[in-house]
Amino acid sequence: MATTGHEAAAHVPSAGDYIVHHLGHLNTTGHPQASVVDFSVINLDTLFFSVAMGVIGLLLMWVVARRVTSGVPGRAQAAVEILLEMVAGQARSIIHSEESRKFVAPLALTVFVWVFLMNSMDFLPVDLLPMLWQGATGNEHAYLRVVPTADLNGTLGMSIGVLLLCFWYNIKIKGMGGWVHELFTAPFGNHPALYLPNFLMQMIEFLAKTVSHGMRLFGNMYAGELLFMLIALMGMGFSSMSGVGGSLMWAGHVVAGTFWALFHILIVVLQAFIFMMLTLVYIGQAHEGH
Amino acid sequence: MYVNATLVAQLVVFFILAWFTMKFVWPPIVKALDERATKIAEGLAAAERGKQSLELASKRSAETVREGKEKVVELLVQAEKQSQQIIEEAKAQARIEADKVIAGAKAEIEQEAARAREALRERVADLAIAGAEKILRREVDAKAHADLLAQIKQDL
Repeated sequence: MATTGHEAAAHVPSAGDYIVHHLGHLNTTGHPQASVVDFSVINLDTLFFSVAMGVIGLLLMWVVARRVTSGVPGRAQAAVEILLEMVAGQARSIIHSEESRKFVAPLALTVFVWVFLMNSMDFLPVDLLPMLWQGATGNEHAYLRVVPTADLNGTLGMSIGVLLLCFWYNIKIKGMGGWVHELFTAPFGNHPALYLPNFLMQMIEFLAKTVSHGMRLFGNMYAGELLFMLIALMGMGFSSMSGVGGSLMWAGHVVAGTFWALFHILIVVLQAFIFMMLTLVYIGQAHEGH
Repeated sequence: MYVNATLVAQLVVFFILAWFTMKFVWPPIVKALDERATKIAEGLAAAERGKQSLELASKRSAETVREGKEKVVELLVQAEKQSQQIIEEAKAQARIEADKVIAGAKAEIEQEAARAREALRERVADLAIAGAEKILRREVDAKAHADLLAQIKQDL
């Protein structure tokens, strides 16, 4: 799938090369990032597709919201209403503060729609946009990754956003003093000897929540994307192998690709829902005192 | 698994998108949903009211029909009574009239009889006088015996 016959004849990329190339981001440096953490680099592809998905999702809902009627709803409005009612219901059951829900419920809806659309980029053939991009730039080694949620920056960015909101609501609901008091007296109890363990525990809790929140989505989407690449490799095997082996590779690509794509629909929706639910749960926890 | 500044950008985008939804998407739809809920509640209440008033109206109309029937029966009874009365009156009137006619007839008969009797009496008196004349063979002086004759007439 990845390469045309002509390219394959010119230089057959090894499976490792293919995958490594596909995991490279289009970033501001032009080549894959060398160090694990480098804040001078921005992944342009992740940023572009996440903003594009966010804009598309919100625009669709905004168009509906502009023409919304309290009379008989159209189909688009009914669809958005169902989505909104679902999110509003979850928000109501988790966050009991009406005031907080005014922001948190729309936030949850945004997260769900946005993450769903970003995950859905996985449904496009794994080589389609990269090849178009390579054609458009004229650089056949140009990097492009189209699934923003298969980039740790994308998911951690959102989960850190949720963490900041947790801090904000902790301070807002309990007051600065109340929150600090809680940081040192919960979960083990109010005793000077327990202040440090309490605080460490709280820090671990925040860290674990945030990292697992972002990592869960990233891991699912990254693994999904990787599997699509491996399946695509089978198709590539068809072009380089001849005879029965090649035919089997081709059949394997079709069968595995179909099943994984179908199964991935579930993962895409489920992970978007889970991300939204955890967002609500973590912010809800910030509202509760120990 | 490389971390870079995309993370910060994503964080900013995250809040911008959430802000946009909170500002422009969520409120109008929620407002419309609430309005529709109110409308439906009002509609249901109106339907309930309508049902009640229909029940009331049908009860009232049944009442009216019943009253009308009663009135008709009453009127019929009254009419019957009245007609009976009229008949009775007519009968009484007729009887009085008949009595009057009978009385008149009787009086007339009485009168006729009295007249006949008078005529008869006069005739008898004349006959008696003629008889007496014949008996006495002489003319009775009618003038001389006028008192006597009158008395005879009276006695007859």
